[in-house]
Amino acid sequence: MKLVTAIIQPDKLDEVRESLIEAEIYRITVSRCTGRGRAEETDLYRGQEIAPALVSKIRLDIACNDDFVEIAIQAILKAAKHDSGQIGDGKIFVTPLEQCIRIRTEERGNDAI
Amino acid sequence: MKWNLHRPLGALFGLVVMGSTTAGASETYPIDTGTTAWMLTSTAFVLLMVPGLAMFYGGLVRTKNVLGTMLHSFAAMAIIGVLWVVCGYAMCFGATRGWIGWDNSFFLLSGIDHGPNAYYQIEVNGATKYIPHLVFAMFQGKFAIITPALIAGAFAERVRFRGYCIFIALWSLLVYNPLAHWVWGGGFLTGKAIDFAGGTVIHISAGVAGLVTALYLGKRRGYPLATMTPNNLVMTLMGAGLLWVGWFGFNAGSSVSSGLLTAQALTVTQTAAAAGALTWMVLEALLHKKATSLGLVSGILAGLVVITPAAGDVMPGGAIVLGILASIICYGAINLKSKLGYDDSLDVLGIHGVAGIVGAVGLTFFLRSVPDHGFGLQLWYQIEGVLVSMTYAAIGTLILCVLVEKVFGFRLKKEDEMAGMDHSLHSEHGYGLLNLN
Repeated sequence: MKLVTAIIQPDKLDEVRESLIEAEIYRITVSRCTGRGRAEETDLYRGQEIAPALVSKIRLDIACNDDFVEIAIQAILKAAKHDSGQIGDGKIFVTPLEQCIRIRTEERGNDAI
Repeated sequence: MKWNLHRPLGALFGLVVMGSTTAGASETYPIDTGTTAWMLTSTAFVLLMVPGLAMFYGGLVRTKNVLGTMLHSFAAMAIIGVLWVVCGYAMCFGATRGWIGWDNSFFLLSGIDHGPNAYYQIEVNGATKYIPHLVFAMFQGKFAIITPALIAGAFAERVRFRGYCIFIALWSLLVYNPLAHWVWGGGFLTGKAIDFAGGTVIHISAGVAGLVTALYLGKRRGYPLATMTPNNLVMTLMGAGLLWVGWFGFNAGSSVSSGLLTAQALTVTQTAAAAGALTWMVLEALLHKKATSLGLVSGILAGLVVITPAAGDVMPGGAIVLGILASIICYGAINLKSKLGYDDSLDVLGIHGVAGIVGAVGLTFFLRSVPDHGFGLQLWYQIEGVLVSMTYAAIGTLILCVLVEKVFGFRLKKEDEMAGMDHSLHSEHGYGLLNLN
């Protein structure tokens, strides 16, 4: 089991979700997050340009069985790019997942995902 | 607004020399302070409805569009607020008759700022009194501001700001001003269709314009499959509250008096709004086993819109029936929209258009006193007013849509729509780090 964590641009959320659903990946966790990569973003405040130190992003967490890791990655890559890829499009992290437990049934491991 | 435009008598008979002292003017043109005070208050009330509308609409869209949507209402205050003073009042209430009215002295309101024309004649208990003409002009201006702002709900979340600004400026000049002139300013519908405070001129025209723009611009990306959850219903409820309060100025102010008619208009406004809210609440409780906050405030709006054309001419019993009818029919219309699948995002047609039509036609059945020419003819006058307003608003809006889209760009680019109007059009964010929707 792996945990696929993707940090993407907020405006790509809908397209990434649609792409994941097309790949039959339905169970995801979405959160709004901030961070700093290579991208900068400026807001306007009464005519002054202000550069917030941290940029708003969307974080997707997808726990999946090993067979699905590449499918999930491809689905995200397909939808998260602006044009053919721009600074700020985000990153995908894949980390090993030690255990997964469904609270309702107490199932564990691959069945619970 | 069932008045005819009385030109001040002094102007007609040349009773007063320009530049007379204030004391002289106050003798020749006795100001009715009660009416003046109430009209000033009403003017402020109706302006308060515009931020109220901004909150109402702003709460209903997704987080990424909250500022862009609220700006639609605020931009109307900025744009129409200037246009009205420059030429809007002259086009609606100028003395010449035709497609629009005109009066050179109303240009920039210069002729009514001082001198004999600065007094607007009203009748108080049979006696001739005056209010400052500027109060009347400013009161009317607030109606011109809110009407284009209403339309914005139909194409929420998917238009460019520049295109929107040009659209409402042109719409106000070419659709609203002629309609207001025809119904209130002495044009060919004046004295025929009863439209006390703007059912035909404001709500039906805005509703139809909303439908046309929604159809022309197309759906929001993802509609109706993707969920378009309101970002802040709390704000929507507060906005509805402000609208209800402001509506007392809208309807009771339209009596241009401070007396019995004012009280009658205020009473039926309160009554119809409550009846509409109650009906929607009960409908949802019966059909879904749960009343919703958005349902209740939709009922308030349906009730307020339905009584707008009728406020001076029906009794409280009629107001209750109209409020009930409005909620039932609007509820049906919104369900029908979901079946037909067009994206009138915040139900401008479903509430303002439909309740406006129900009020304009339905009021005939509850008139305090049937006019001398009889019920049947009055019913025809009402239907004629509705049809003229719908047809003119539909054609005018369609032409403006095509023009603005081709020349300036109206529909938002896909990527900007995805990113949200706040970021892509205004480089701002409505909220800090709140939850997504």
